[in-house]
Amino acid sequence: MAKTIREINERIRTGTAVILTAEEIIGMVKEKGVAETARNVDVVTTGTFGPMCSSGAFLNFGHSTPGIRMNKVWLNDVPAYAGIAAVDAYLGATEMSETLGMQYGGAHVIEELVAGKDVELRAESYGTDCYPRRKIRTTINRNNINQAYMFNPRNAYQNYSAATNSTEKIMYTYMGTLLPKFGNVTYSTSGELSPLLNDPEYRTVGIGTRIFLGGTQGFVAWEGTQHDPGQVRLENGTPAAQAGTLAVIGDLKKMDSRYIRAAVYEKYGVSLFVGIGIPIPLLDEDMVRRTAVTNRDIMTQVVDKSGRENLNLRVTYEQLHSGSIEINGKKVSTAPLSSLKMAREIAANLKGWMEKGEFLLTEPVAPLPMHTTRLNRLEIRGDFHEDR
Amino acid sequence: MKTVKLSIIYPVNKITAPIVSTLIKKYNLEINILHADISLTKVGTLVADITGAESDIAAALQYIGDAGVEYRIFTSKLIWDEKRCVHCGACTAVCPSDALTMSHEDWSLQFNREKCVVCGLCTKACPLSVMSLA
Ligand code: SF4
Ligand code: SF4
Repeated sequence: MAKTIREINERIRTGTAVILTAEEIIGMVKEKGVAETARNVDVVTTGTFGPMCSSGAFLNFGHSTPGIRMNKVWLNDVPAYAGIAAVDAYLGATEMSETLGMQYGGAHVIEELVAGKDVELRAESYGTDCYPRRKIRTTINRNNINQAYMFNPRNAYQNYSAATNSTEKIMYTYMGTLLPKFGNVTYSTSGELSPLLNDPEYRTVGIGTRIFLGGTQGFVAWEGTQHDPGQVRLENGTPAAQAGTLAVIGDLKKMDSRYIRAAVYEKYGVSLFVGIGIPIPLLDEDMVRRTAVTNRDIMTQVVDKSGRENLNLRVTYEQLHSGSIEINGKKVSTAPLSSLKMAREIAANLKGWMEKGEFLLTEPVAPLPMHTTRLNRLEIRGDFHEDR
Repeated sequence: MKTVKLSIIYPVNKITAPIVSTLIKKYNLEINILHADISLTKVGTLVADITGAESDIAAALQYIGDAGVEYRIFTSKLIWDEKRCVHCGACTAVCPSDALTMSHEDWSLQFNREKCVVCGLCTKACPLSVMSLA
């Protein structure tokens, strides 16, 4: 017996919807079976809280008198992209401070804006007839600027390769510190709780889907950059390495700094922890089976980040969670990089919002692409010199 | 009685020196080994809490030095700003002594100070800078 999103929303509104997290559904299906769970449960909530570099925010500062057509903008000494209209800018999470280097970046400015703190704005211009001002220095915060919305081109990666290091030297990477000679393995997915691993073929998550983003309600705006649905998949439909991604949008002014945290990876750079939770409507038995996926059923590949060895190794999230895996016959400790504790909190919050009738499901406006075309590679056609 | 945290660094040719047994027998010290990395072919390190009378400890340190073995006393300690921790687990990737582990119950970070050898690796590996030495 299939359900519609409209019917589920009616139950959410009247407080009668049954909502479980992507961990809770596993036990329910084991106990009651797929058919009964499909009858009784309406929604499964997912969550993830990990470093997501491809994040940032669009800001509109408002006009000064006389006006300025900003063409260079700094926020707490972090450059923001101003190649858009007069007082608009995009601040990327990984952009670094011109004075503090990689200790402080766009992610820190975003975290401070979310927390309601003041940020120094400096801007320069060449001056135009209609916008004669050439320089401005002021302070902004989330209340005295017009718009501040997060627009993250690539978040919520559907699975991600685990990382290790075969060389004799320590490697500092976006996958954390990798110790020499397979000294450790790091991984960064919330496994059975992860949004796109619970709807692996994007049956319910699409463009326009309302989500939990940074503590408020946001939306899926588009497929994320590097969206790669053609990745090798297991029989249950989950990809065996990184595959789908989401571009997401949400009001930074309403976010909670508990779920938006700046991060610095040693000798690599700045990133942003973003909290995302996506509700998965249990439209039919197929969706129940999808969301009942466990860490034992989800696999990822282990990649040597030095690129030296092709390990050809696939492991389950159950193995990664156990604390160690085997590489070439040697026991190697595993460490997570995304917070499962926070992911659980996000899935629970989203569940709470729906139980209170504060969050309704959306029908996707358009589906995410499910094409099999794989990603393009960049050809190197030569070097260039400063003077060119 | 006093306790000091010590790291003892054995050069390759001194790996077999009976340091620990001498500390126990001759200097009446109580030794709690926190971390040991000793093999016959490379420099060995041992990290231990050493408890005993102040004079015995002083004499023992003199003895270790005379035996041609290096030692270092830990004066600093690790500070974990737990309120700001997001429990991501990145620090557990580098901790050499299992002082930092993830609880498999609620996936929160667990810090066992007893096992910490104050190496400082986690202070750099933590992306939120919530670990520091003081
Ligand atoms: S790396 Fe930092 S934030 Fe992450 S668990 Fe360790 S101390 Fe907490
Ligand atoms: S300083 Fe940090 S990494 Fe080093 S032993 Fe202590 S807890 Fe582990």
